[in-house]
Amino acid sequence: MSEHQGYMKALKCRECGREYPLTATHVCEFDFGPLEVAYDYDRIKKSLTKAAIQSRPKTMWRYRELLPVANDPTVGLQVGFTPLVKADRLARKLGIRELWIKNDTVNYPTLSFKDRVVSVALSRSRELGFDTVACASTGNLANSVAAQAASAGLKSYVFIPSDLEQGKILNSLIYGARVIGIKGHYDEVNRLCAEIAGKFGWAFVNVNMRPYYAEGSKSMAYEIAEQSGWRIPRHTVVPMASGSLLTKIQKGYQEFVKLGLVPETKYSVHGAQATGCSPISVAQKAGLDFFKPVKPNTIAKSLAIGTPADGFYALRVMRDTQAAADDVTDDEIRDAIKLLAETEGIFAETAGGVTVGVAKKLIASGKIPRDDSAVLCVTGNGLKTLDAVDGYVGKPREIKPSLREFEALLANEEKVNA
Amino acid sequence: MPKKVRIPTPLRKLTNNEELVEVNAATVGEAIVELQTRFPGIQERLVDEKGEVRRFVNVYVNEEDIRFLKNKQTPLKDGDEISIIPAIAGG
Repeated sequence: MSEHQGYMKALKCRECGREYPLTATHVCEFDFGPLEVAYDYDRIKKSLTKAAIQSRPKTMWRYRELLPVANDPTVGLQVGFTPLVKADRLARKLGIRELWIKNDTVNYPTLSFKDRVVSVALSRSRELGFDTVACASTGNLANSVAAQAASAGLKSYVFIPSDLEQGKILNSLIYGARVIGIKGHYDEVNRLCAEIAGKFGWAFVNVNMRPYYAEGSKSMAYEIAEQSGWRIPRHTVVPMASGSLLTKIQKGYQEFVKLGLVPETKYSVHGAQATGCSPISVAQKAGLDFFKPVKPNTIAKSLAIGTPADGFYALRVMRDTQAAADDVTDDEIRDAIKLLAETEGIFAETAGGVTVGVAKKLIASGKIPRDDSAVLCVTGNGLKTLDAVDGYVGKPREIKPSLREFEALLANEEKVNA
Repeated sequence: MPKKVRIPTPLRKLTNNEELVEVNAATVGEAIVELQTRFPGIQERLVDEKGEVRRFVNVYVNEEDIRFLKNKQTPLKDGDEISIIPAIAGG
């Protein structure tokens, strides 16, 4: 074990187990299987105790041994440890005994769970000597790469579908990132970026840096477990785009069990998609272990990946944890965004509407029993997808600056509500 | 009639670092066989023991995923461009 690898051992193919050095590479040369970071858990166990974790700052980096950097992180030191909110009012509406929201709408610095993965990817990119970082993105990842690259003095290129929400486009441009809009959907952006990544010597966070990048998602699971009082919640509901977050949440829970930080208890990790892009949930409901790619058509653009790279693994996690998946329509997504906002004061983006909407369905159908407890992963902020709810939340009523007009308005309202 | 195949980085060791290779095949399946005769070993990287395209390999003809076309039976015409691309994470 050389010191400069930290607690990492190698990159390992998830399909055939072949090992590769810890460089910027993401695919097995033999079967194209994704590479994943392998760790030295025996060493980690000696260092990462509950007491050690609790003595550290409240950020995702308090679990540093389980994140793939060789040395101390240098980008995104304040990311993570977002609130786990007890959602009693929403629980009553959905008819479940106990409900919690893991609220990544307030993650630092760009208000989505992507801050976690980017913090890891850019810290590791620097260790490997890159000065330019890039990504293919449905919006949130672009925002986080742009912001965190700016803070680290790295040059950034972000590639997005050109029809993204205006908020997400401005939220990348403001940081001085080079934003390239591709006339096509995310799967086409992805294909182009795979070709670009092979040609230029950049750190593409979700292409050649993907093994490191994806590990950042585990921090959400560690935080949920710690904030739940060092135990794994019985049910976790996770939105699925590529399916990566869902698989990494399970990996995070498994690692905590392996390290003895939480007791081994039964848990289910359920998946949520939008009906307009539901290759994984359709396959899960049909009992298949493979999916059919689709062309996305949904307001949940951050989840609009028709060829989900981790779809196979997400299906396996749901099967192994006896979990369910479901999907919701655009109208159900908007209703769920409003419901979460009106009951808990949390304004989520469309992906959050997907998670809450699907949780509602799973509770109604008994797949999440009403006397159980569930955590919903709400991964992005509604201020970035205002277009999705514009025209669906009413309008302010305008009056002259006159007390008489206001009293008339109130009287009218009482009549309506009577 | 030549068609072009874009070789992804992980496979270029087999093609002597050639990025763009010309083939004469009439379908995607035949193109893979033709690549194998010129670059031994490339076929097993792309298809599994049952002869199906591996699940982490995406093949595109003129930027369209062959799973939306006729998979390995997808016909090729003069000037078509085939891309072979590993699956990528979300964003």
